[in-house]
Order: sequence, then C-alpha cells, then structure tokens
Amino acid sequence: MKLNLRINQNNIIIFSTLLLIVLLYGAGSVLYTGFFTWQVFFNLFIDNAYLIIVATGLAFVIITGGIDLSVASVVAFISVVSAALLQEGMNAYVVMAICLIIGIMFGAAQGYLIQRFNLHPWIVTLAGMFLARGASYFITTQSIVIENATYTAISKFKINLVGSNFISVSVVIALAVVAVAVYVAKYTEFGRSVFAIGGSERSAMLMGLPVPRITVLVYTISGFCSALGGIVFTFYMLSGYNLHLMGMEMDAIAACVIGGILLTGGFGYLVGPLLGVICSGIIQTIVMYQGTLSSWWTKIAVGFLLFLFILLQRVIVIRRQRRRVISHAAEKPTASGGDRRTPASI
Amino acid sequence: MNGNVLLKMDNVSKTFPGVKALSGVSFTLRKGEVHALMGENGAGKSTLIKVLTGVHAMDKGEVQLKGRTITARSPQEAQTLGISTVYQEINLCPNLSVAENLYIGRVPKRRGSIDWKRMNEDSERLLKRLNLNLDVKQPLSGFSVAIQQMVAIARAVDMSSGVLILDEPTSSLDNQEVQQLFDVMRKLRDEGMGIVFVTHFLDQVYDITDRITILRNGALVGEYETSKLSKSSLVSNMIGREWREEDEHRKKEKSYSSEVMMSTQALTRVGSVKPVSLSVRKGEVVGLAGLLGSGRSEFANLIFGIDQSDSGILTLGSETFQSMNPKKAIRKGVGFCPEDRKVAGIVGELTIRENIVLALQAKKGIFNYIPLKKQQEIARKFIDLLRIKTPSMEQRIDNLSGGNQQKVILARWLATDPSLLILDEPTRGIDVGSKGEIRKLILDLAKSGLSILIISSELQEMIECADRIVVLRDRMQVGEISGDHMTETNIMKMIAEGGGTHEQYSQTGS
Repeated sequence: MKLNLRINQNNIIIFSTLLLIVLLYGAGSVLYTGFFTWQVFFNLFIDNAYLIIVATGLAFVIITGGIDLSVASVVAFISVVSAALLQEGMNAYVVMAICLIIGIMFGAAQGYLIQRFNLHPWIVTLAGMFLARGASYFITTQSIVIENATYTAISKFKINLVGSNFISVSVVIALAVVAVAVYVAKYTEFGRSVFAIGGSERSAMLMGLPVPRITVLVYTISGFCSALGGIVFTFYMLSGYNLHLMGMEMDAIAACVIGGILLTGGFGYLVGPLLGVICSGIIQTIVMYQGTLSSWWTKIAVGFLLFLFILLQRVIVIRRQRRRVISHAAEKPTASGGDRRTPASI
Repeated sequence: MNGNVLLKMDNVSKTFPGVKALSGVSFTLRKGEVHALMGENGAGKSTLIKVLTGVHAMDKGEVQLKGRTITARSPQEAQTLGISTVYQEINLCPNLSVAENLYIGRVPKRRGSIDWKRMNEDSERLLKRLNLNLDVKQPLSGFSVAIQQMVAIARAVDMSSGVLILDEPTSSLDNQEVQQLFDVMRKLRDEGMGIVFVTHFLDQVYDITDRITILRNGALVGEYETSKLSKSSLVSNMIGREWREEDEHRKKEKSYSSEVMMSTQALTRVGSVKPVSLSVRKGEVVGLAGLLGSGRSEFANLIFGIDQSDSGILTLGSETFQSMNPKKAIRKGVGFCPEDRKVAGIVGELTIRENIVLALQAKKGIFNYIPLKKQQEIARKFIDLLRIKTPSMEQRIDNLSGGNQQKVILARWLATDPSLLILDEPTRGIDVGSKGEIRKLILDLAKSGLSILIISSELQEMIECADRIVVLRDRMQVGEISGDHMTETNIMKMIAEGGGTHEQYSQTGS
C-alpha cells in the first residue's frame, strides 16, 4: 500500500492540524524546560484517552451530517453506573459489559428515533443528554469512589515505552479505537456509505444504500464509543459522579472540527479527532506550564482555533467551487469543433 | 420484430386523487433503439416513467420485460430487475470519488475489505466504454455537470440489463455536451440497449431517436418512426391542435425609444466576467448569447448585484453605481428571473399569492406589510394577465407545472413595476405551448415600454424576441448583431470564432 502524502485540498486540514501540533509543541518546548519529554507527550494521550474515543465515535455521526450531543452525559452516566455497580460488589468485567450494552442501546434508541420519525438529531440527542445526566442523578447525587481491585489495577497499570516513560491501558484502547475507525471508514462498505449519506442522503437512497440502517448504526457507534469512553474515564478518575465532564460534548465536537471533519457532513478523516484532541491537549499543557494563567485560557485558545479552522474549511470549499466554474468554462474551446447545432426547439 | 421487444407496457392506467394521470397507455421499447417519449407538461410522461421505475404503483395494466411479467415496487427493485434511470438532477454523491459513485452499494471486495485498486480499474474500464477518460480517484464534485451526468449514466448502464431511461438528461447541458452525450447514447444503442429518452427539445429528438411515442392528457396518441413524422405533426399531436412553424416565428416589430435604461461600461469581475459594455434602451429587448459558462449568467448576476463587480460602471436610468446588491437593484426597478427557478426562483412551500408578492414586499421593506386584500388583488391581476392556470391563488406553487411556475416568477417581478427585467433561461424545461406564451409575453412587455435583457440557450428564441444580441465567449464580449444579421448561423459563427462586431451599436440607434 503506497502512502500518498501529497498535499491537496482534501487533506490540507489534516496537514494544518499536524503542523499546528508541531508548532504548539515546539513553542512549548522552547518556552518551558521539561516540556520536551516523552512523558509530557504520553500524558497528552493518557489524560485525553476518553476524549479521543468519544470524539472518534462522534465523527461517524458528524460525517453523515448529524450530531450527537449526548456523549458527555453518557460518559458521566457510565461512570456513575460503574461506580454504583462496583460498590455493590459486582465483577469488574461484568460491569464493563453492562456499560457497553447500555451505551449501544442508548445510541441505537436515539438513532431509531431520528431515523424512524425523521426527527432532528439536535433535538433527539439534546433530550438524550438531559436524560442521561438526569438518570445519573437518579442513581446518586454524590460522588462515589471506586475501590474495586480490578479497576484500580487497570488504572495504575503502566506500559513502559522509551525507557521509564509509560502509557496507560486506556491509551492502548483509544489508539485501537482510532485504528479500527480509520479502517472502517476507508475499507468497508458501511464506512463509505456513511460518507455517501453525508454527501447527499437522497442520492445515497436512490443508489440503493440502506440509509435507515446506516443512520441507526452511526448513532449506535457513537453510543458505544461514549460508553467505552466512560469506562476509560472511570479508570482515569476512579470515581463516579454525575457532574463529571459538564459540556465535554462541545470539546468532542471541537476536536472533530479541528481534526478536519466537516460539520455539514460528507468529509473528513477518522484520524482527525485524535489530532484535534492532541491539539487542545497541548494548549492545556502550555497553559498549565505557564502557571499564572487561568485554565479558562485553554477554552479561549481552543475557541480561537475553532474559528480559524472553520474559516479555513470555508475558504477551501469556496475555492473549490470557484475553480470548478473556471475550469468548466475553460473546457469549452478545446472541445471538438464537430456538429455545433443548437437545440433550437420551438 | 417481436423477438426484438425488450420492454412492453400494456394498457397502463394510474389515477391520482382527482386526476386520471394515465389511461390505458401502451408503450413498447425494442432492442437497439432510442425511443423518445414526448408530450406537454402534464401529459403523463413522468407518471409513466415513475410507474415503470416503481415509484408509483399502477392501478391497471401489465409490464413485461423480455417477455416476463414484472412488477417493480420501488426504484431499487426496478434497478435489480435491470431497469436503470438517470434523472435530470444528478443523483450521485459529490463528495465521493468517481469510482465510488460508480460502484457504491456493490463494491468489489478482497478479504472483506474494499478492493480500491480493482474498483478504480473497473471504473476506468467502464468509463472507457463510454469514451470517457477521467481520473476516477478525484471527487465527483470536481467535474462539470455533463461529466457527472455521464458518470450517472455509466453507473446506470453497468447495472442495467438492457433498459436505460433518460429523463430530461440534457436540460442542464450545453450543445457541446449534448453531442457528447448523444455519442454515448448511439454507442449504447449499437450495443443493443433500449433507451427511453424524455426531453423537451424537438431538435434533439430528431437528432438521436428512432421512434417517438406521444402522450397527451394521460392518453396515448400514437407511436411513430421519427424519420416519418414531420416536426409540425409531432407538435400538433402533442398539443392536440394544428400547429404551423411559421406561427411561432413572427418577428418582433421595433418598439424601443432612444432613452437608455441601463448601461454598463467595462463591467468586470475577475475570474468570471471580462469587461462587458452594453446598453439597453427603453422598450428594447437585448439578448445575451453564448455557451453555458461563457459568462452570460455571471454578467446578469453582476447587474443584479448577486456577485460584486471588481471594476466598471453600471448605470441605471440616470444614476451610476460602483457596486450593486439585490436589494438596491430591486429599489432601482430591476427584476431578475434566475436561471434555475427550482433552486433560486420559486419558494415551493409558499402559495402562488405569496410567491407573487414576495419581491414587492422586499422592495417595500419588511415593516411595510402589504395587506392581504391588496395581495389578493395583485395576485388576481397577474394570474389573469399572464393566464396562469391554477384552481386557486392559495395553491402551493410546487403543484404548478413548470411553465406556470415561470409565469408566477415573471408576475413576481412585474408586480414591482420594474423598468428593467433580466430573464435568464425563461423557457428552460417547460413545454412547447407555454414556451410560446412566455415569448409572446416578453414581446408584449417590451411593447409596453419595459426593457428586457434575455439570456437563452435557444438561439431561435432569442432571435425572435430580441432587437439586438450581444455575444459572449469565454467570459468575454466578442460582438453584437442586430436586425437581419441575427441568424443562428451568424451567432454560432461568432460563438465559435469570436468574430467581430457585425454592426456597431451607434449604427443601429434610432
């Protein structure tokens, strides 16, 4: 398989995100001692593993032209459910299985409502967001600390890479999710159909693609990824609390946009959300290293980046349209001089 | 002959609530022929196609494909049976590559993964069959509408088992592209395919088809061999009364005065229009000719201010403008019927009345609400004046036929009492009868003192309506002709060769 690394209009956003990562990381390294170490780099992944998983699942939904606002609430809900079940003394692996099933069912239900009743995904997943958040209140209003042996073991497990630097189990899970997502998007009929629906749902339908099934499926994937993200987040926090990650769905959407997933659907690379997350992770680290800045500066910087990237996407789309008009007009004179009759109908 | 029959529809009837759309229509498609399906709007062409492709179920009748009775309950099912359809609007995904658009839903796989290499190779081979050489890895959106249309046809051909339906595939193509499409159709015909061709362009029918089936008011008029049916009897059969070509070709008498209504001086927009200078006098009809993409629509957009000009001066009446926007243009008495009425013209969800008062309301500003009674008065006036066929002004506009929709848009601008009207392809996609009516209307309006700038792909139409024709080529003004010099040959020559000005503007002046 030959890798095509030529920069063109299709991958320019991915390349600019990569460039941005290098620049930001370089800036951090120059400004602060101790920034340019493997562990700081690995920590970006360790701290954001859950977000990578959630954003990758969300990317499928966004590519079809939809949105899933419920992801953060599902993560919080899963953390509460895990904590509560583990407190009851249930087996850790059974708890994880239950969590994943909850995520799948939650996502499938949202997808079914959106597809079957032709409801707007904003509305349905907004409802899902309140529902999941509310349901976690229903279980407990307190933060539950997890003391389960398996969970703490997984949480503390260090995989050594490059000397004594390490990554966590969660990072492996997150990278596996990204790898599978990249494969599915490029090499399966389902993945291409997701893009087709984002391009034109009507056309996809007329070309005989199972649009309803795919629609339900992308929300199911998002639900599954949220649940998996929830489990990973629970490893990270070792607690369940319904106020965890308020507003994280917006971080996930932002990661997708910075990673080049077009919000109007139909375009993007599945490695994008990972890059988007790393990007905002670096900003967060820089703010941390700076020391005197409030953590809100991360939000300000991410907001600014988002604006830049949306502008960049828009410019590319406009340029593409313009070039088409021009090349279309330029095609004319070269064509054969053959029969130039006019369709002079009466 | 019977062995050659590919598709046979027998005695097909279909009733919609209140309308008998098809009554006892029969249709036969043979192997290796291009068969035109003709009729005015509302004659039942679309319904027949929709019954055939499984969009609608028929009430009565039988469809046989290669001697086997079939019933398609959905477009997908028709597709599986081997009946492929290509519609006027392209039903492909612009964001996917050409190869994907050809094969999605049935991609070649290797060990469970999409085999991109094979898919790209297969695509190239398939397109070569249609004499197309494209980079199949490029996204479809990078290609012209004509190429996209061909890709749609390639997909349909590959999936079909001998029957291909082309529903007005040429209405957004220019002559060159139409010829390209016809070459492909001829090739497929020679390979033994049966092609149903629906179109409004009579010349194209004579160019390409072997047989014609005519429908009128949901009933079959007859099936004819194209070579044995004269154009005038074809039209007479379609409209159901005698029709002579000469009736249509009446010449316009001079009606303009010397007062200049609108003029441009070197109006330019980089990348879309090179400097254009022209003027339109009161009561004069000026035509803008040129191929699709020659800058004619782009120029109209500049005058109405949809696009901003980079340099040049626009004069309306006695005022000159450096820049224009639609709101200002409407205030200054310019009306604009855009090229694609479905996209940029009608507001499908609104009623006829609402569509008519739209521009007037915009001109008055949103805080100056036009009372309902006044709206009804205006709507009634124009429905009568333009003879818009509708049971009520409160009908949703998308229930009207194309010709009547176009009239509503004309009414919308006439209601603003404009001094200049820009018409971009006013008769595209509408039937023969309505075309004549709209042309007559244009002439009448000019006579009443309205200045009109008209853009049309149909040169004959422009020659009949216009006092002068300005020719654009490659986004550049290449010449201007008027009077007896306005012939199709002359215009085509200018478009082809970029020839000089036949007659200077000053000489044609009053």
